[in-house]
Amino acid sequence: MVAAIKQPGWIRGFLGAALAAAFGVGLVVVLRDISGLPIWQTEQTGYPHVVVPLVTGPLGFLAGFGAFDYWLRWAAGMPTIPEDHSQHGAKSWRDYFRFNTDHKVIGIQYICTNFFFFFVSGLLALLIRAELAQPGTQIVDPSTFNGLFSTHAAIMIFVFIVPVFAGIANYVLPLMIGAPDMAFPRLNALSFWMLPIAGLMFVGSFLAPGGAFDAGWTGYAPLSTGAPLGQSFFNLGVQFAGASSIATALNFLVTIITMRAPGMTFWRMPLLVWANLSTSLLVVAATPFIAGAQFMVLFDRALGTQFFEFAGGGDVVSYQHIFWFYSHPAVYIMMLPGFGIISEVISTHARKPIFGYRLMALALIGIVVLSYSVWAHHMFVAGMFSWLRVPMMITTLLIAVPTGIKIFSWLGTLYFGKIHTYSTAMLFSLAFIVTFTIGGISGVMLGMVPIDIHVSDTYFIVAHIHFVLFGGSVFTIFAGIYHWFPKMTGRMYDEKLGRVHFWGTVIGTWGTFLPMHWIGMDGMPRRVADYAAQFGDWNLLISVFSFLLGAAQLVFLYNMIVSWRFGPRAEANPWRAKTIEWQVSSPPPIFNFDEIPRVVGGPYEFGVPGARHAIMAGEGAEVSEPEPAKVGST
Amino acid sequence: MMGRLPIAKMLAATVALTAVISVVMLQIRWNGQEASTAAPKIDTLLDVMIVLSAFVFALVMVMLFYALWKFRAKPGDESDGEPIHGNTRLEVAWTLIPTIIVLFGAGYSWAVLNDIEETGDNPLTVDVFSQQFAWSFGYPGKGMAYSEGELHVPLDRQVEFKMHALDVIHSFWVPEWRIKKDNVPGITTTAKVTPDKVGTYELICTELCGFGHAAMRAKVVVEPPAEFRKWVAGLEEKVPPPYLETIRQDTETNPIPVGAGGA
Repeated sequence: MVAAIKQPGWIRGFLGAALAAAFGVGLVVVLRDISGLPIWQTEQTGYPHVVVPLVTGPLGFLAGFGAFDYWLRWAAGMPTIPEDHSQHGAKSWRDYFRFNTDHKVIGIQYICTNFFFFFVSGLLALLIRAELAQPGTQIVDPSTFNGLFSTHAAIMIFVFIVPVFAGIANYVLPLMIGAPDMAFPRLNALSFWMLPIAGLMFVGSFLAPGGAFDAGWTGYAPLSTGAPLGQSFFNLGVQFAGASSIATALNFLVTIITMRAPGMTFWRMPLLVWANLSTSLLVVAATPFIAGAQFMVLFDRALGTQFFEFAGGGDVVSYQHIFWFYSHPAVYIMMLPGFGIISEVISTHARKPIFGYRLMALALIGIVVLSYSVWAHHMFVAGMFSWLRVPMMITTLLIAVPTGIKIFSWLGTLYFGKIHTYSTAMLFSLAFIVTFTIGGISGVMLGMVPIDIHVSDTYFIVAHIHFVLFGGSVFTIFAGIYHWFPKMTGRMYDEKLGRVHFWGTVIGTWGTFLPMHWIGMDGMPRRVADYAAQFGDWNLLISVFSFLLGAAQLVFLYNMIVSWRFGPRAEANPWRAKTIEWQVSSPPPIFNFDEIPRVVGGPYEFGVPGARHAIMAGEGAEVSEPEPAKVGST
Repeated sequence: MMGRLPIAKMLAATVALTAVISVVMLQIRWNGQEASTAAPKIDTLLDVMIVLSAFVFALVMVMLFYALWKFRAKPGDESDGEPIHGNTRLEVAWTLIPTIIVLFGAGYSWAVLNDIEETGDNPLTVDVFSQQFAWSFGYPGKGMAYSEGELHVPLDRQVEFKMHALDVIHSFWVPEWRIKKDNVPGITTTAKVTPDKVGTYELICTELCGFGHAAMRAKVVVEPPAEFRKWVAGLEEKVPPPYLETIRQDTETNPIPVGAGGA
């Protein structure tokens, strides 16, 4: 027992959490006592006895679990314990439940955790659709309903879509650039372990007095500043998810900039690497804004500050400016890594170099720059300064240009290729092009102020966001999971079940989200537990399709679990791809490479005689460096 | 490279598909009934966008499905495609053409926006008061003629709404008018509309405002001026006290002067 307490791990973690939470409660009690305040007063003061332990408890858990051991020893001048490489890799499922600094283990930890929350949040969505199947109130009361869609969105965004891309890149990106690991492995592990904390806070808010946070994932003040305790769970959950996101982005930036294999110039990087470089630039600069917005709301709630309290001189609309200054770039944080995945999959399965590779990379950078100048298009009817609307409309519409470049370049990649559609990853990539085009088109319409005035805050918005986030981001996530499943697990998945999942998902997505455009324009507002009887038939249809969509995800879950355990062994390069991660075994050896590969050409040189992307260990001298292919030639 | 593709046929297919999608989509009355002078202008903008979008969608579909039909690998074919890395002219084209389309859309939208927000002759000012979960309306009179839960406006006269929220943000939406504006605590927001069809409509709150959000509705009546005047004359004159603070400010179009503090 004593040994277990000394060793970093779950026992020490829970002990740390309990001690730190007790310290937090004690701090509140002592401070209130010496200030002459009633010690146990809670409701009127924003529940400090819960909020403070919600900060200290998770930090205590992380400390106990071993996240800070190395740094604390170093900072205290104690002899540091050298990294024990026997801890790397995962030999059994138990190894995924340790503080592990191996990027491949962390990648899988991310993906499994994120998909756990995907299914939790998906169930919340089905509850929402069950309630909305008929007009009137059947299953949940309106307050609970508001909690359901708020937690659904918060979990999907902060603990599924944003981090699952970080998870996929965590696994794939170091292999792709020929690096043995991420630049900061301990920071990487810390980033991961903050995520389940955020997810559990969002889910745990259902247990708070007053119910889960119910001001929407946007948490607009002053609805959020006056909301019950559950809102603080959201404010703090976002801090942990945000800190995780920022740390990972810094890690990716340093890894990509400093750890590329010799010969891998920027113009030889695979587009997934470009995509994660762009995404990370967005995350490090934008995420602090949502962290700040949620801290300000928390301070208004718990410390009596007046940032958004109009009665005390605060400005209500400024919350939305700060919030959207993150949350608009956030939609690109949730899309650019997916663009990278689609480029890898389409090039590989069309057996063709990416059409217009450099323009594809520049389009990503263009999106990064433009995305900082469009946030107020969420606020056309919000009562902000009205002159701001037209400039924001123009930048919003212009961002369709680099996005269009990407769509057309993927299509161009297919021409004169040899398109293989046996892989579920390729099916999802092709379906993504269709669905995302619809989402892009409705986005351009929303960008136009006169149309937006009519449809903002209606089901049209719900339709648009799900076409870009489900039909867009989630389709790319499925493409990525199927594409690298053999590399990550060393097993092949079942393509037949993959097809069932694919068709169920595509039909479910279109059936669920397409009719929402119409009912929104026709007069149904969003975020309502009840609606006018005229929309009843459409809503029933939408609910039926949403259950089909949910059922299709069970096929995916079954396929992944059974294939991971019993699937046929995967060879190193089942898709015959050119990038470096496919040139090592599946799964890759613990240190990725016996010898760092040497990059000698572009990543997608399909059909170029004698072209190589990288020279691996042991095949060195006899391979001569080919002439680099001329970009732009036909 | 381009020479080896049936460009003319693909373009013809794109145009045909655009026509089919446009014809089908334009049959549908997407936005519901039109009951203000702004509504047909916004709906025409939407129709133009539907045709342009149909073209973009048709182009992507034709390009995608032609490629899938023509360049599908034969079973057992393990060879690679042609090593084509790009085509500068094509890349310039699909950068410039969408830029022109969206800039056209921006210019057109700007014109429509200016048009629908233009101040008309002799507008009627109506104060809108919102609170969890009810609407009230104030009309100019000796003091302020006050109506709870029912909004009446005269036909064919521009109404300028001055909106005030008591507690949290609410949003004023009458779908048939195509008008929406948030009511924000602490500031006064404005919206203009000229109703041009007699009838009874529904005012819907579209900003999440708490558990009663879905039920926060009010009746809207558009009637001839004579009937409207009679209805207003029958209203009680008062202003609900908590709103007095918020009515004084107007901060939507200009920042609060430095030093005023906004309090």
